[in-house]
Amino acid sequence: MAETAAWTRKDLLGLEDLSRQEIELILSTAESFKEVSTREIKKVPALRGKTVVNLFYEPSTRTRVSFEVAAKRLSADVINIATETSSVRKGETLIDTGRNIEALKVDIVVVRHNYSGAGIMLARHLKASVVNAGDGWHEHPTQALLDIFTLKEKLGKIAGLKVSIVGDIAHSRVARSNIWGLTKLGAKVTVCAPPMLIPPAIEQTGVSVTHDIGAALKGADAVNVLRMQFERDDSLAFPRQLEYFKSFGITRERLEKAKKDIVVMHPGPINRGIEMSSEVADGANSVILEQVTNGIAVRMAALFLVAQANEAINGKAAD
Amino acid sequence: MGKLLIKNGRVVDPANKVDAVRDVLAENGRIAGVAENIRANSAKVIDAAGKIVLPGLVDMHVHLREPGREDKETVASGTKAALKGGVTSVLAMPNTTPSIDSAENVSFLKEIIKSTASANVFIAAAITKGREGKELTDIAELKKLGIAAITDDGSSLDPDKLMLEALKKAKANGMLAICHCEDKKLSNHGCVNSGIISTRMGLKGISRESEYKRVERDIDLAAKAGSAVHIAHISCRESVEMIRRAKKNGAKVTCDVTPHHFSLTEEAVLGFDANFKMNPPLRSKEDVSAIREGLRDGTIDAIASDHAPHTENEKEIEFERAEFGVIGLETELAAAITELLDQGILDWPGLVEKMALNPARILGIDKGTLSIGRDADIVIVDPDKAWIVRREGLVSKSKNCAFLGRELKGAVEYTICSGKVAYGIHS
Repeated sequence: MAETAAWTRKDLLGLEDLSRQEIELILSTAESFKEVSTREIKKVPALRGKTVVNLFYEPSTRTRVSFEVAAKRLSADVINIATETSSVRKGETLIDTGRNIEALKVDIVVVRHNYSGAGIMLARHLKASVVNAGDGWHEHPTQALLDIFTLKEKLGKIAGLKVSIVGDIAHSRVARSNIWGLTKLGAKVTVCAPPMLIPPAIEQTGVSVTHDIGAALKGADAVNVLRMQFERDDSLAFPRQLEYFKSFGITRERLEKAKKDIVVMHPGPINRGIEMSSEVADGANSVILEQVTNGIAVRMAALFLVAQANEAINGKAAD
Repeated sequence: MGKLLIKNGRVVDPANKVDAVRDVLAENGRIAGVAENIRANSAKVIDAAGKIVLPGLVDMHVHLREPGREDKETVASGTKAALKGGVTSVLAMPNTTPSIDSAENVSFLKEIIKSTASANVFIAAAITKGREGKELTDIAELKKLGIAAITDDGSSLDPDKLMLEALKKAKANGMLAICHCEDKKLSNHGCVNSGIISTRMGLKGISRESEYKRVERDIDLAAKAGSAVHIAHISCRESVEMIRRAKKNGAKVTCDVTPHHFSLTEEAVLGFDANFKMNPPLRSKEDVSAIREGLRDGTIDAIASDHAPHTENEKEIEFERAEFGVIGLETELAAAITELLDQGILDWPGLVEKMALNPARILGIDKGTLSIGRDADIVIVDPDKAWIVRREGLVSKSKNCAFLGRELKGAVEYTICSGKVAYGIHS
């Protein structure tokens, strides 16, 4: 593992606060963990004796399972809590839930929440490490890290790459984390969406904005296509599905005008025929399934680093 | 009632153009003299050398939460908090449960005030029944009961026609209308200022338009009604500019600002701490500069706390779910000294104008000066004493303070209400 920086954070809550070196450290740690998943016995003892709780306030399959697999490959014990079946239904607050979980002497809480900042608030109250698995529209750091990891694996670098993020930027935690991560590592980022899906002052994060899908694809090394969150649609101005596909959908025809080896990504689940055609989703440029595989390595790195830092912070002896 | 003599303090009383070392004598609850070397046999004497002696502050925007939410604050606890902050008179907002929208509810609140308040409490009644924005309250009857102002605080009346009618009735009855300027269609369930911070945090923003469009409308409607209008807690540059322009054109408009809006910018919310969640939201640096300029040039008439107590359960939750509002009675004077006086935006007479004299004049109440014969409501302040705002030091029932952990300058040593020491650091 490259010693690019020391990891001293108890929690991983977002990429906005991380330095370039910290991001690179997670990526290099993930590289060393990726090999574990190729072994016949896919397990290392790095988190043996540790307990990881997946506390999910929003429905999720791939992120939850990815964290579970990552924790198990590090030999941690894993507990999954879906709030639909927990005391949260009886009105328990997030802090009380967190404190009760901590009283069970768990080491890491992986939290997915529909409100922005929920992980940050939880981390303030817990000694256990908190890993943000997506909070509202705010951040989804491990998704962005696995996107960046995949890009780096495919194209060998991040600095100098042109990356376009296409879709509902306003309501996307994936977009925000990608913007922070990619710009810190030196990529040029363009966001592309209809005007009502671009949040205010986004240019101040260092990205360019376009409403023209052709311009977004032209010269881009990669396009990260976001899921349209029609379930969150509370605006008459929100584009209809077909209308969106016509103007912003990634099709073979549109890709033909882009770089030949443009990398096509999507955090999933895909709305086929809305964000992209099936041809593109399953085509040669798509790395969507590789993203899923890489998610395990990235999440192993995240869990490992926060657990290690927490031991140092709380002065516990290592296993 | 006995005599109280405050000696050798720097007396600041802009109503009488006094800013000099003087003695102040209170007798039978009223100001009996302001002069050099007053002698008064048998008076209790407070040595105020090196201190500032001011008229008791008048806070025209306070939520006492009683009746209905006594877990957040009561008239008793809220007025104690007021006294600790040098505030001797408060205007209680009507968004209680039930709201203060009828003679019966006013009488009920008056009984509570009579038996439990330790500072002066003036009552603002609702403009519409239940604050629902549908049917006007009986403004004439409320006036007879001594109501100081009407407001649907927390909400703005959407229908122009109803608002116009309310302003006409307010004028006819010599009543002040206070407007919460927010077009909720435009603020659209946002929770922080709309801009780069809302984008970074992934939160819905509250646009400045949602405020200043309503400021514009209410000034226009007041002009049509020929009435005065007071705009509560303005927060953005455009509102300041609009009010400045309207005043130049002779409009009968006044406004106030809160200490958090002249002290803090939207960046304070970045940690998702709901003690920085308020409505209107904390705005940009440019807005704060405009507010400060508005205070300096007289566009903004008053400083009011918008003291909004909430329980821990309502604040220590996910930011988007947390209640809007912060407490402010105990910190407003020190915040003004730290942020405005020490930075040369206001001098002492200017500060007293904004925090005592002007709010009293706007409300038409006999407070805010040390004139002979007026109620002896007096504050003695150590202007140089720095202190750190700590939750355990707050006497308000709620601790949702935006200044927690901050060092502020200027400490209230005594608050005197009707000639009696109601709060003293040594008592």
